[in-house]
Amino acid sequence: MSAERLFTWKNPWFAASLGVVGAMVVLSLIVGFALLPYAGPNSRLTSLWDAICSAAGVPRATAVSGAAKPNFTTSNVVMNSQMFAPDTRSVGRGATLAMQCAICHGSNRQGQVDTPNLEGQPGSAVYKQLRDFKVAARTNAIMSPFAVKLSEQDMLDLAAYYSYLPRQSGSHPDPAVAAPTIVARGAPMRNVPACSSCHGTTDAKLGTPWLDGQSAVYIKAQLQAFAAGTRRNDISEQMRNIARQMTAGEIDEAARYYAGRP
Amino acid sequence: MLNSKRLVLAHFWLAFVVFGVALLLGEWQMFVRSPLNPWISNSELYYRSVTAHGSAMGYVFPTLIAMGFGYAITELALKKPLIGRRWAWAGLALVAVGAITAMIPVSLGLASILYTFYPPMIGNPFYYIGVVLVVVGSWIWVALMSINMAGWKRENPGKPVPLAMFANVAGAYLWGWTAVGAAIEVIVLILPVALGLRSTIDAGLSRVFFSWTLHAIVYFWLMPTYIAYYTIFPRAIGGRLYSDAMARIAFILFVVVAMPIGVHHLFADPQVGAGFKFIQSVFTALVALPTLVTIFTICASAEIAGRLRGGKGPFGWVAALPWGNPMMLAVTFSFVMLGFGGAGGLINMSYQLDASIHNTQWITGHFHLIFAGAIVIMYFAIAYDLWPHLTGRALDSARLMKAQLWLWFVGMIVTTFPWHYVGILGMPRRMASYDYANPAIAPQALSVSISVFGGLLLVISACLFFAVLIRGHRATRMDPGEYRFSVAVHEPVRVPVALNGFALWLTLMIGLTVINYGYPIAQLLALKGNAVPAVYVGAAR
Repeated sequence: MSAERLFTWKNPWFAASLGVVGAMVVLSLIVGFALLPYAGPNSRLTSLWDAICSAAGVPRATAVSGAAKPNFTTSNVVMNSQMFAPDTRSVGRGATLAMQCAICHGSNRQGQVDTPNLEGQPGSAVYKQLRDFKVAARTNAIMSPFAVKLSEQDMLDLAAYYSYLPRQSGSHPDPAVAAPTIVARGAPMRNVPACSSCHGTTDAKLGTPWLDGQSAVYIKAQLQAFAAGTRRNDISEQMRNIARQMTAGEIDEAARYYAGRP
Repeated sequence: MLNSKRLVLAHFWLAFVVFGVALLLGEWQMFVRSPLNPWISNSELYYRSVTAHGSAMGYVFPTLIAMGFGYAITELALKKPLIGRRWAWAGLALVAVGAITAMIPVSLGLASILYTFYPPMIGNPFYYIGVVLVVVGSWIWVALMSINMAGWKRENPGKPVPLAMFANVAGAYLWGWTAVGAAIEVIVLILPVALGLRSTIDAGLSRVFFSWTLHAIVYFWLMPTYIAYYTIFPRAIGGRLYSDAMARIAFILFVVVAMPIGVHHLFADPQVGAGFKFIQSVFTALVALPTLVTIFTICASAEIAGRLRGGKGPFGWVAALPWGNPMMLAVTFSFVMLGFGGAGGLINMSYQLDASIHNTQWITGHFHLIFAGAIVIMYFAIAYDLWPHLTGRALDSARLMKAQLWLWFVGMIVTTFPWHYVGILGMPRRMASYDYANPAIAPQALSVSISVFGGLLLVISACLFFAVLIRGHRATRMDPGEYRFSVAVHEPVRVPVALNGFALWLTLMIGLTVINYGYPIAQLLALKGNAVPAVYVGAAR
């Protein structure tokens, strides 16, 4: 082995490589942290330290007091998928509780085109709507009084029960109908994602209901309510933004398509 | 002297089989999202395919090539049997088992998260476990390369490590450190969520860790290509390597600056400060240096060959080059694609210019041109060069080889140039379908359709490639002679300690990582309340 030592300033390779890399680091630190922060036209930096912190990405507390509060109750549901893990005792309790729901929300609901069929719905979808009715983020003359009385566990039990039931086919199944464009691919140029990317067929998201086989009247009414802003329990306003961008024809198409799904 | 022929062949064949399957998926994706095909009505299938294509092409295929080529180099350059051949087989087994473990949930639609993971999307845990197994298998290779070089240095004190082995170990160390980022992301942040132990994830921190891996992984893919440029190409065209020291410096520069620059993938992300984005942009610019050094050195080596073959005058040597030689063709094509891809890369790494193409199809076009173009075409050339030594049979389908290389080159240009163009028009990437009937994006329809035909040329080229290799296995037996790497014009008798080992360069690499990544990571770790709920892909509906 040669006697040449590497980690010493006398070694030109060591000195040069460390010197060049070090100089580049220092230079880019100066430019990136002390000069460039001032380059913006609306720089409100008060000191060099302020500039360095801003370039390093140190989060700054923003004034919260000025934020406008909505004049209605917003949905505050927090969920994760573990909350809806299968639990037979919960299903049993839910079945008892659901006796008061069945007249409007079961597969035997005669002529009830303005209510959703809950059998086979994901637990998260049932739970979220019950929570929203309870805190009045969503309101309905018939539904709200029922929800107010429910405890947290009641709502989880009902969710467990309805997700346990098999999904029933719709009243007018027509499986031959191809998915309309708005369902299969949305309208990207209007910021409308495909319905199927959240509501089943392609993918399902936590808290979104399965729309296959639901009544067309109900789907249409909800889309119109979202568009008009009379229903606003969609967190992040995603359904309101979507429904506002949909044409009346697309709303009809989507409602008819889902009602015809088996 | 190649003792571990079966080991190397197993790596190459597994790599190419994976490549063949993933290539078909890629062409299918090009087709279904083009205007030539009515929408498949299920974007999940598309993302499933993208996940499989990306994971196979990004993790499995180049890793196996680097490993197999690395084992071959160890024996051929050091002229002694590989130390730890059993471990090498174990590494291969881990990669194979990992690839299968990952692909099962992907094909079931339980992990359609693309190969870049994209938390808070969370797929089936077996997908991540499979990817980790692939990486662990490759780490065995990293350790073996290090051990083999150290063993040789002990037996040959003071002698310069053969360039091919030096470069090979540079690639191994680069990968060893590069893979740490994604390994931390998967093991510490993602897997606990995938296994259901936690239900929230810090997506910003995950992306920072992934960027640690995401850029330098490309240089890991690139290493076999650069090794072939320096240590095979000059010999294959009958010339000499212009400078051994330049080659070592190029590989050292890759080790030092290829990794701590990944934040340029996060220019549009809010969780990293602008100052750190600027520093990493500066160092990304520096990584162009070893490539420029390489282009200079290899062109100079080609000139030596041209003049040895009787070429005269400022350009006469170009005409005198052996243009019928597959290696000559492959390197030329590779350089052309590297030139265009590199120019595009300079746009991506610029903090300002990036804003115009970030997250557009330009990026997908860019990394296909660099990786699938400039890099993979050299993988073909490496296989052609090594095959007779691996099989003991002649590879005599010269016309087929040339046709294959031409098709790959033309196909890649036809695929990626329109791809870049639609990116400039603003076509977003990672989308399963586009409504070309919409007047706003209708002008992109023609370019996308052209890309599909480019992809078709690539599929045909791959078929020819397999035909060449399979014919090689069935050709008559012959003695390929001793394998030779390129010889430098001035053969190194002694090299400075700095150019004969990696202690200094690894120190610099880790030091730079701490400077460029230390604060952003520490800051995100210290921040509370930035975890978001996981979005489980393919969960029960």
